[in-house]
Amino acid sequence: MNLHARFCAHLGDFALEVEFQVPARGVTALFGPSGCGKTSLLRAIAGLNRVADGYFAIGGDVWQDAARFRPVHQRPIGYVFQEASLFPHLNVSGNLVYGAPKRFDPNAIRFNEVVDLLGLGKLLDRSPRHLSGGERQRVAIGRALLSQPKLLLMDEPLSGLDKLTKDEILPFLERLHETLSLPVLYVSHDMSEIERLADQLVLMQSGRVLAAGPISQLQSDPELPLVSSPDAAVSLDATVDAHDPSDGMTSLVVPGGRFLVPSAGALAGERRRLRILAGDVSLAREPPNRSTILNILRARIISAQETGDHQMTAVLGLGDDGLGARLLTRVTRRSWNNLGLAPGVTVYAQVKSVALVRRRGAAISERANVPALATRHA
Amino acid sequence: MLGLTAEIWQPVRLTLQLALLTTVILILMGAPLAFWLARSRWRWKEVVGALVAIPLVLPPTVLGFYLLVALGPHGPGGWLASLWGGRTLAFSFPGLVFGSVLFSMPFVVQPIRNAFEAMGDRPLEVAATLRASPWRAFWTVAVPLARPGFLTGAILGFAHTVGEFGVVLMIGGNIPGETNVLSIAIFDYVETSQWAQANLLAGGMVVFSFCAILAMMLIEKRIGGTAS
Repeated sequence: MNLHARFCAHLGDFALEVEFQVPARGVTALFGPSGCGKTSLLRAIAGLNRVADGYFAIGGDVWQDAARFRPVHQRPIGYVFQEASLFPHLNVSGNLVYGAPKRFDPNAIRFNEVVDLLGLGKLLDRSPRHLSGGERQRVAIGRALLSQPKLLLMDEPLSGLDKLTKDEILPFLERLHETLSLPVLYVSHDMSEIERLADQLVLMQSGRVLAAGPISQLQSDPELPLVSSPDAAVSLDATVDAHDPSDGMTSLVVPGGRFLVPSAGALAGERRRLRILAGDVSLAREPPNRSTILNILRARIISAQETGDHQMTAVLGLGDDGLGARLLTRVTRRSWNNLGLAPGVTVYAQVKSVALVRRRGAAISERANVPALATRHA
Repeated sequence: MLGLTAEIWQPVRLTLQLALLTTVILILMGAPLAFWLARSRWRWKEVVGALVAIPLVLPPTVLGFYLLVALGPHGPGGWLASLWGGRTLAFSFPGLVFGSVLFSMPFVVQPIRNAFEAMGDRPLEVAATLRASPWRAFWTVAVPLARPGFLTGAILGFAHTVGEFGVVLMIGGNIPGETNVLSIAIFDYVETSQWAQANLLAGGMVVFSFCAILAMMLIEKRIGGTAS
């Protein structure tokens, strides 16, 4: 099932000309600098901005094309705005059920489940006035979920919140992602949020889509600007192989390699997401012996480019053949030349630090398009 | 004293009937009109806005004069009255209601329009993303959020109708039980030097107006403070 969007619109002197197609599952992040048209695109998908020259379809269900335009209230969406925008004349319960269908549906996302998932139990009788910013945003997310959407649209839901509140909400979003098989379009200009949440990425710049695809693929694409950004990194979805409680190390497998990462515990077969900064990966031509660095992996240089002042950023493919998962590395040009590095050369990538950014990786199974809650809870 | 009370009771009751009916009509008509004025992107909508607001600046006698012509035997009002065998809508209670609705309209429409405008686009956008039809969004979101505007509009419309004099004088006359409203009755009493009656009515008006406004303000404050 795919999600296919194409919109051409001129808003003042800003031109939005986008087209992309991504699988309609998991979290798809719309990422780009402020003012690149992410929000306009999301509003167009919702039908809030009426774009005459537009096409949108999800799994064959066409919401608009040249001849048709389905108004907002007939699109099966949930929309979370940047500001929670709760109805001030209703209490939390009233807000939550405002969009809930009256008819009983056994597959529906249930009220109690949403309340549990988002930790809203103590807030139900309160007025939105007496909620903190983070609580408000959680209620807004719950309200959108209970309208039983087939697509959840989130417009920078965390950007108006301070760091602490963000950290309070992100785990809820992760749980949402783990327990619901609801496709999400998530607008953000904050790469760290996206690295935690997103499976696919739509990369935007001045009203256009530069690329769309799996996040790790776009992060390590030398043609795209992500590679040369100061905090270039890759996100890898890994499978837990084993956990050694004696020293707290978890062994995780990615295509073409294996990582040892300290963690609180994990069961074999579980999915985790790893984040590795380009600056944390150094290169050696020979296998280093007696190093404190735990993660030293065989890899092949796929491509390289000069970034910034006398720096080289290279894309590595793990494994002898370089066909495994991709890493980024950033080294000085002097080291690069001293070691005689070039695309095609086999190297040892020394990974100084690996971050576990998500307790679980992307859901592996796709459960059709029924937005029902899984019974399994974290 | 009892006779006196009975005598002044009639204009009081008539005035309350007129003001209540006018207010109800104005709220029902004014809500969609104010909503349209607040939300429409039509470039000439302010022409309609100006037409609604005209009674604010027009001398009541001018409006009354045109109403007299329009409601009279040779105007559309006379034609309308002929449908049930009447000759004119002027000097009748329905004519008075019609005039009051026109004359008090800006006092009701403007506060409601302001409230709809202050609300902004967002609440209705949220409602639409929650599958609410425009009709449902209007009743469950726009109207409740504009409640202070409705209350202000109702108070102003009611009070303004109660206090209206010029228009009533032009199109109503002082037919007891039909068009002899409070303000006209007071005028008549003063003209015929019946100071006691005039005093009673005028004093009653002051007390009533004060109580009504105070009650509305207190109600709004309580609702606004504890609404969940």
